[in-house]
Amino acid sequence: MAVMTYLEAIRETLRQELRRDDRIIVYGEDVGVRGGVFRVTEGLQAEFGEQRVIDSPLAEAAIIGTAIGAAVNGLRPVPEIQFSDFIFPAINQIVQEAARIRYRSNGTFGVPMVIRAPFGGGVHGALYHSQSVEAFFAHVPGLKVVIPSTPYDAKGLLAAAIQDEDPVLYFEHKAAYRSLKGDVPDERYLIPIGKADLKRPGKHVSIITYGLMVSYALKAAETLDKEGISVEILDLRSIRPLDVEAILDTAKKTGKVLMVHEDNLTGGIGGEVSALIAEHALFYLDAPIVRLAGPDVPAMPYSPPLEHAFMVTPEKITEAARKLAKF
Amino acid sequence: MSKNSITKDLQKDMYYHMALARALDDRMWILNRQGRAPVVYSSNGHEAAQVGSAFALNRGEDWIVPYYRDLALVLAYGMTPRQVMLHLLGKAEDPNSGGRQMPAHWGMKERHILTTGSVVATQDIHAAGLALASKVLKDGRVSVAYFGEGSTSQGEFHEALNFAAVHKLPVIFFNENNGYAISVPARKQMAVMDIAARAEGYGMPGVIVDGNDPLKVYEVTREARERALAGEGPTLIEAKTYRFVPHSSDDDDRAYRSREEVAEWKKRDPLITFEKHVLDNKILSQAEHQEMQKKIKDVVNDATDYAEQAALPDPKTLGDFVYHQ
Repeated sequence: MAVMTYLEAIRETLRQELRRDDRIIVYGEDVGVRGGVFRVTEGLQAEFGEQRVIDSPLAEAAIIGTAIGAAVNGLRPVPEIQFSDFIFPAINQIVQEAARIRYRSNGTFGVPMVIRAPFGGGVHGALYHSQSVEAFFAHVPGLKVVIPSTPYDAKGLLAAAIQDEDPVLYFEHKAAYRSLKGDVPDERYLIPIGKADLKRPGKHVSIITYGLMVSYALKAAETLDKEGISVEILDLRSIRPLDVEAILDTAKKTGKVLMVHEDNLTGGIGGEVSALIAEHALFYLDAPIVRLAGPDVPAMPYSPPLEHAFMVTPEKITEAARKLAKF
Repeated sequence: MSKNSITKDLQKDMYYHMALARALDDRMWILNRQGRAPVVYSSNGHEAAQVGSAFALNRGEDWIVPYYRDLALVLAYGMTPRQVMLHLLGKAEDPNSGGRQMPAHWGMKERHILTTGSVVATQDIHAAGLALASKVLKDGRVSVAYFGEGSTSQGEFHEALNFAAVHKLPVIFFNENNGYAISVPARKQMAVMDIAARAEGYGMPGVIVDGNDPLKVYEVTREARERALAGEGPTLIEAKTYRFVPHSSDDDDRAYRSREEVAEWKKRDPLITFEKHVLDNKILSQAEHQEMQKKIKDVVNDATDYAEQAALPDPKTLGDFVYHQ
């Protein structure tokens, strides 16, 4: 057991996995000599060589497309997209190829690969280094999408994603890289994909969220606790597949649901979670479902006041949960 | 025909597969015009390029990543006429997709034919990826992407060549240039005369070959394969050929090509010229030829009957294999 940052947990898991299985390769833009622009892969090329930790040409469709071919021919590729904003040149390879190959071949081919990509804002990244892109992929049958919220989860979800026989998108929040620290066991462990985590039990309001927003929601819950408002927090961990049972359980328990994500409001995961609750737990609700999300503007602006206005913060969560509790 | 050391048996087998592909293709069009097959994509005219290249590979071991034009290729690579017909008619037993994909979307794991989608040039990158694994695993396999000239306008064609060349991957990019992407002629597709010229920009050899001569295609493909296995990296082969039929059974090529142009190319029909070669050189006797033709007719009839009688997929299987199960 060691205390690690979120970033260190990802790096040490990659190291452990590369040591465990020779079929695993890591590659992408700058991941080798430089160790990635965030240093997530620092030291891996020195340990595992240029054959397994590869600096690829600057072409996202080629990174994902070659990973598909390599996976079919026996490797377990873990490609990195340098920023999730840059994933769109590869979207055809992800959505139409990786996601559909098992289905279109009637189960004969599979694509076991993990696409890692830093996402999210609040780091002065502006329009093209701040995006949350998970909803695009959560829409696609054949893909799995996981978003860890702690160093512990970062390890268990990454190992599970690498073990998985299907393509998994693994989104890591940039603002979490060095701000989140926690205990991470030395040994390998898997966190099942598709299982949510009840981070905090509560009575009055349920906050359903994922990624960096989990730690923000926990801060909000502490504030509200002092006001006598008891907040339950469900960390989805996986946004495809969703843990429907856990979502309905918390909705039924508190009767008040606040859905939180940094991704844009319209078409975000909050809509899907809300629909599930409306379909299956409507009569348990004591208030309308509330969604707190990034605003419907094309992307996050650069200048600090504009960026701050976009971001979902602990304060905004506190305010939304307080209002819902008093409904 | 080129002078070469290709054995008579091999040439006989090449001829068989070219003739089989043409006959099976003809049957597919008949089924379509009779309303028994919804859509057909042909290899008609491309047989020499496809069969010649397939025979230069370690068939069933080296990976091929075909496109919709490649009926003769997949037959030469071991897919049976029954399997082709099952695919055409969307039957449950179709080994390509279990009736999920439209015809000519090939893919058969046990023969190392990678499954393919409809967006052109995506497969070029997959071939590079297969070869990346071969390089890491040292499995001695070469991968070959097949594609039309129109698809070389796509960015993924260029990304694939670049990636493969930088990493010296054991891969061959095999272009079947028939001069048309559905209706758009090559001169509106690119400002260069030859696809092969593009190889230089990526640091690999670009080879032009007569795509209607299976023996020449065999030779250049074999050389490219040897380069790949020697760790010298990829090769771009451009086989210049022609399709004798419309793009698909839903197309009418009279809208964009003159009958004179088609007639001119038909003088160089690869099936007829290679047939003349094998007969003139006594590679195949007249008696053997007749016997082969009868066999092909029987095989095509058998494949048609078998596939028509085969079961359609059960609607209950609609949700199968979204994920590993």
